[in-house]
Amino acid sequence: MLQLALVVVVLSVLIFGWLRLLPGGPVSALLGDRGTAESRAELTDALGLNDPIFVQYFAFLGRAITGDFGTSTGVSPGKPAMELFLERFPATIELSIAAILIALIGAIPLGYLAARRRGGWLDNAGVVGSMIGISIPIFFLAFLLKYILSIKLGWLPTGGRQSADIEATRVTGFFVLDGLLTREWDAAWDALEHLLLPALALASIPFAVIFRITRASVLDVMDEDYVRTARSKGLTRRIIRDRHILRNAMLPVVTTVGLQTGALLSGAVLTETVFSWQGVGQALAIGFERKDYPVLQVVIIAAAMAYVLVNLLVDLSYAVIDPRIRTAQKVS
Amino acid sequence: MTSSRATKIDRLASVAARGPEFEVGPDGQGSPNGHDAGVSLAVSAWRRLRRNPVFIVGAVMIGLFVLLAVLAPFIAPHDPALRLLEDQVSRANNEIPPPQDGYPLGGDQYGRDLFSRMLLGSQQTLLVAALATVIGLGGGLVLGTLAGAFGGWVDSVVMRIVDVLLSIPSLLLAVSIGALFAEQSQFTVILAVAIVQIPIFARLLRGTMLSVRESDHVLAAKALGVKRRAIVFRHILPNSLGPVIVQSTLVLAIAVLDAAALSFLGLGAADDSTPEWGQMLGNAQDFFDSQPHLAFWPAGCIIVVALGFTLVGESMREALDPRQRR
Repeated sequence: MLQLALVVVVLSVLIFGWLRLLPGGPVSALLGDRGTAESRAELTDALGLNDPIFVQYFAFLGRAITGDFGTSTGVSPGKPAMELFLERFPATIELSIAAILIALIGAIPLGYLAARRRGGWLDNAGVVGSMIGISIPIFFLAFLLKYILSIKLGWLPTGGRQSADIEATRVTGFFVLDGLLTREWDAAWDALEHLLLPALALASIPFAVIFRITRASVLDVMDEDYVRTARSKGLTRRIIRDRHILRNAMLPVVTTVGLQTGALLSGAVLTETVFSWQGVGQALAIGFERKDYPVLQVVIIAAAMAYVLVNLLVDLSYAVIDPRIRTAQKVS
Repeated sequence: MTSSRATKIDRLASVAARGPEFEVGPDGQGSPNGHDAGVSLAVSAWRRLRRNPVFIVGAVMIGLFVLLAVLAPFIAPHDPALRLLEDQVSRANNEIPPPQDGYPLGGDQYGRDLFSRMLLGSQQTLLVAALATVIGLGGGLVLGTLAGAFGGWVDSVVMRIVDVLLSIPSLLLAVSIGALFAEQSQFTVILAVAIVQIPIFARLLRGTMLSVRESDHVLAAKALGVKRRAIVFRHILPNSLGPVIVQSTLVLAIAVLDAAALSFLGLGAADDSTPEWGQMLGNAQDFFDSQPHLAFWPAGCIIVVALGFTLVGESMREALDPRQRR
């Protein structure tokens, strides 16, 4: 928690400084290209830019804490940046969760099999494939998937989150979940179809990384004495695999999943843009193009906080996975 | 002296026991001089690397890439900035010049020779990758050495800043830095990509330095009364550079990919008369549905180069780290 608080404090200083360093400063940042000399002077005064710098900083901090980052100037002009963010955030979470699920479900079994048959064809193909996976620009992969599966073959929709002709009830903002909750099966299926390609593109890098970590970690654990002991006790392969190898090999994998959140958020900016997915990543990309700084501030602060929070949760989950950590905490 | 030699041999033997590939010198004895022992790790790593097909494939890819960058001005048939085929471009019909005599790949969206642009693009791509890595490495070395050498409050302050920078997703950070410049150029792209790498290098170096600081030879140097500066720069730092060097090889790949992503988001260099693969790929997005080959060529080259650096980096990591050697 201390870590989180520190990150937020330093981040607020960075964002505050960033706004002042931007070409034209905060006035241009807020007014965009629409500013006249008069409105600029008025805003300079209204923003308190004639006050001492630390007074300005605390004013900024006060507004930020209450969620007031100003109104969007470019992405959706006139709407409060915070509102816009909250509207779009579920879309990004939905996409990221789908991507990390694809990566976990695919990469952990593959990594395990590759490690068990070290040097076999699956192992070699997996290692080379994972290196190719991280070498492909993610937006190019997204374009490629879209080009082949949507444009050429017409199997899947080219973008967006839901077809225009479907009227779905919104409950949570997660479109697939909404469809399931309201029992609108066609809406859920349609949302899933829209979700598949962006999630696949976004999953490419976490998939490659999780595969490699699982493989390396299983290789490490397989050599441990307790695995040999378990074998000599005559335990079944399945029990050895589930209880002795996989459970112990999962700790580095869980850490990696936490660290991949950052990559997911970076990747979301690119994939959401390619597939016109209305999430915060797309808002960020549009925001940069149209110099919508209120939106950019919210998204950057929120992305950093989400990243730190996820990693905090990952740290906490260690105790669940690894009994040794639980005991160590009790002792101390 | 004898006893120190004996422990050194013990240690070598224990290291050797970890894997049959680990090579001890032909006489089976370590050198009493700590310096030689350092070289022998590099030598044994190099011996392992030379036999690793992954490394060879990666090295050949990079070799060809660098060779291309050097030779490009001599083999490129046309000036990449000239709109030679402009009369064949039709904005309305989404038409661009097809392959023809003297233009094996046809033209790009402005009627410039795509083949020449691909050839010469290697130069800028190499420049972007190399400069971004060098700047990131330089900054990381300074910060990491400060934190790792001084410890205490310097370490705390540096590492908190590093933590915050690392908590911002890398692309968001790069884009935020890129946005600070009124006009985007190749240099601002390089700077944005490089600054993102500084905290990564700094944390890596500091971590390694902390573990090296606890090792016996540093303790010995301290006991001998060697000055702190000499300990840091001659004993700790040189022995901590392995992971950093490996990381820089991987960053070369990341820099090329990040530069392409920045271009894709519209934060690439505004002037595209000097071709760069990432920029070409980023700018090809508007034509992807109708003219996908405009993206395929630079994307293919970027993938090959990034893969080359990744293969070399990963095989170097394996060779240098006995724990990962498998």
